[in-house]
Amino acid sequence: MTVEKKVILQKFPRSPDVLLALLHALQRANPQNYLTPEDLALAAEYLGLPLSRVRDAVSFYTMFSLRPRGRHIIRVCESPNCHLAGAWSVIEELKKVLGIEVGETTPDGLFTLELTSCLGACGVAPVMMVDEEVFGNLTPERVREIVRRLREEG
Amino acid sequence: MKRLSVLLCSGSACQSSGALAVKQALVEALTAQGLMDEVQIVETGCMGPCELGPILLVYPDGVYYVRVKPADVGEIVTEHFLKGRPVRRLLWTAPAPEPRTIPFFARQKKIVLENCGQIDPEKIEEYIAVGGYEALAKVLTQMTPEEVIAEITKSGLRGRGGAGFPTGKKWQAVREAKGNPKYVICNADEGDPGAFMDRAILEGDPHSVLEGMAIAAYAVGAEKGYIYVRAEYPLAVKRLEVAIAQARKMGLLGTRIFETDFSFDIELRMGAGAFVCGEETALIASIEGKRGEPRPRPPYPATSGLFGKPTLINNVETFANVRHIILRGADWFAQIGTETSKGTKVFALAGQVKNTGLVEVPMGITLRELIFDVGGGVPEGRKFKAVQIGGPSGGCLPESLLDVPIDYESLKQYGAIMGSGGVIVLDDTSCMVNVAKFFLEFTADESCGKCVPCRVGLRVLLSILEKIVRGEGSEADLEELERLGRMIQATALCGLGQTAPNPVLSTLRYFRDEYLAHIRDKACPAGVCPDLIHYEIDPDLCRACDLCRRACPTGAVQGTPRNPPYRVLQDLCIRCGACLEACPFGAVRKVPGRKG
Repeated sequence: MTVEKKVILQKFPRSPDVLLALLHALQRANPQNYLTPEDLALAAEYLGLPLSRVRDAVSFYTMFSLRPRGRHIIRVCESPNCHLAGAWSVIEELKKVLGIEVGETTPDGLFTLELTSCLGACGVAPVMMVDEEVFGNLTPERVREIVRRLREEG
Repeated sequence: MKRLSVLLCSGSACQSSGALAVKQALVEALTAQGLMDEVQIVETGCMGPCELGPILLVYPDGVYYVRVKPADVGEIVTEHFLKGRPVRRLLWTAPAPEPRTIPFFARQKKIVLENCGQIDPEKIEEYIAVGGYEALAKVLTQMTPEEVIAEITKSGLRGRGGAGFPTGKKWQAVREAKGNPKYVICNADEGDPGAFMDRAILEGDPHSVLEGMAIAAYAVGAEKGYIYVRAEYPLAVKRLEVAIAQARKMGLLGTRIFETDFSFDIELRMGAGAFVCGEETALIASIEGKRGEPRPRPPYPATSGLFGKPTLINNVETFANVRHIILRGADWFAQIGTETSKGTKVFALAGQVKNTGLVEVPMGITLRELIFDVGGGVPEGRKFKAVQIGGPSGGCLPESLLDVPIDYESLKQYGAIMGSGGVIVLDDTSCMVNVAKFFLEFTADESCGKCVPCRVGLRVLLSILEKIVRGEGSEADLEELERLGRMIQATALCGLGQTAPNPVLSTLRYFRDEYLAHIRDKACPAGVCPDLIHYEIDPDLCRACDLCRRACPTGAVQGTPRNPPYRVLQDLCIRCGACLEACPFGAVRKVPGRKG
């Protein structure tokens, strides 16, 4: 176990109900934004749960990934309001600029493109979230600009 | 004392349209003019009209600047703040009006949203300055738990999460339940697409929720509370963390609050992307660190909830109402609204309506007043067709029902639900079969799979709708949709499945003609379903510019430049509409019905 992971674990009480929060923290600490088999085993051991119980929970929630993802996760809202406001054109533009399909990761490991349920910023639809930042009033041009900036930042 | 206050909306929507860059520009411009000592900048929660963001509200003038860009800020500072002349081109409505006379606000009655957009949500002092935590002090020092429950019961407050269960009755059940400890949970897993009132309250006035929870905890006898909030709302999570820390520091959460024997603390829990977790038993399973699957009720959470203990679970907006009822009294609250539905409800207006955003109106207002007075009606040149109310499990109501009052019972009677308060206005460019299919895709996708009626039934409903939009449906399919829909309503395990057929059943009830057009005439009257439309080029308008031919991805447009007319080869056409978008003369037309 790395020191870093030990530090994460120690922030949590050894109580099974903190499982989701612990998994969020482990996933966030991974530059590739996913839960490794080692992470699952660590969580199980630390909380005194069977590994099957941890996998059971992980497989239920869409925000946990068992496969490596990009450093930045771009999530485009696919809810009705965004759909009506042209989210599809945003998704198409992202596919084009990133050269990947929804659910895939760019070869340089920088971006993963995903869809999300409503982000609750419907007044400025279409909307997407990059990591924890929300971007609204999207147009294909604006999307290109945001991706370009993220690429520069690395 | 500052001469001017500039309230800058910093809700998620305004942040996403550039509010933080505006703030930076404002600080720079004020510094450059040496006005930093005279003008106070307050970052507030959601002001409501999100599509107009970023928004500045300047006091004492009370003027709104909308769609402000960083480049506009210099002008506002020099013209308005320095010379006292509001910048007309950026005002919401010129000349500067009294905010309450703007039609968007005139019909609203703000109770739970009172502080949203008026105070800095990250400063507990501002909340306290407007009467925050007074209600908690009152119940702890002057009221018994029984009196608190009696007051809430008398007010007629009902759950704002959708089902409308009487809040006082729920509190009573938890108070009387045997078992210790007891828990209070705030359901902040706002998953309905298009509904964002809970996010706005959490981001704009988080302490009102904490205070409501503390009052509830005192009433039911709990010492521990949880807020379960969606991971999709990072800003709400951050503001709640700040609020909880500040409340603890001031002794408003923790042990011996207001030097009484009452102790209460709140823990924040995040979801991980599962719509069904908004259902109370699924939410409880998720807080316990398990798969968020619902379970049959009874037992209800009131008797066996979190960790098997008596648990009170209410929605964000419900808790935010509590302090107002305690301070102003049950009688005051009960005189707002209708016989069975008291107080106000926050709605998220969206779709084909002029003013979108968050609005709070008294219960009993009609759909027409909500959509046309507050919302400003459908945009010019369009015709109102339906209103979809209650989220993905809500129903679509037609124009003939616009005068129905908005209360729990009336909406249910006509096949819609209050739900979380999402309102999507649809105009004549929407196909009702397609709308029903869209919502069903959502609920079928979010079905957790535990019970058969929801897991399999919704898939079957969806496959029938898919058949109809392809033009392969029969009239017998409509009866099957109704039969199966009613069966799912009656047999699904939780609220998700029980309400999921609503969009299908309500559109069948009010827009059967459109279904029949898809089936009998193989035509989509609104021109939405690609298999049931075709494109034609009007020979009189075509100038043979060749743009449509070049735009067509399948070579379905034929013609010779400068030699009109062009025509569409229906066999090759995939009905993508590229020719229609390309034509500068309006010669390409989308026509309902199949051809070729």
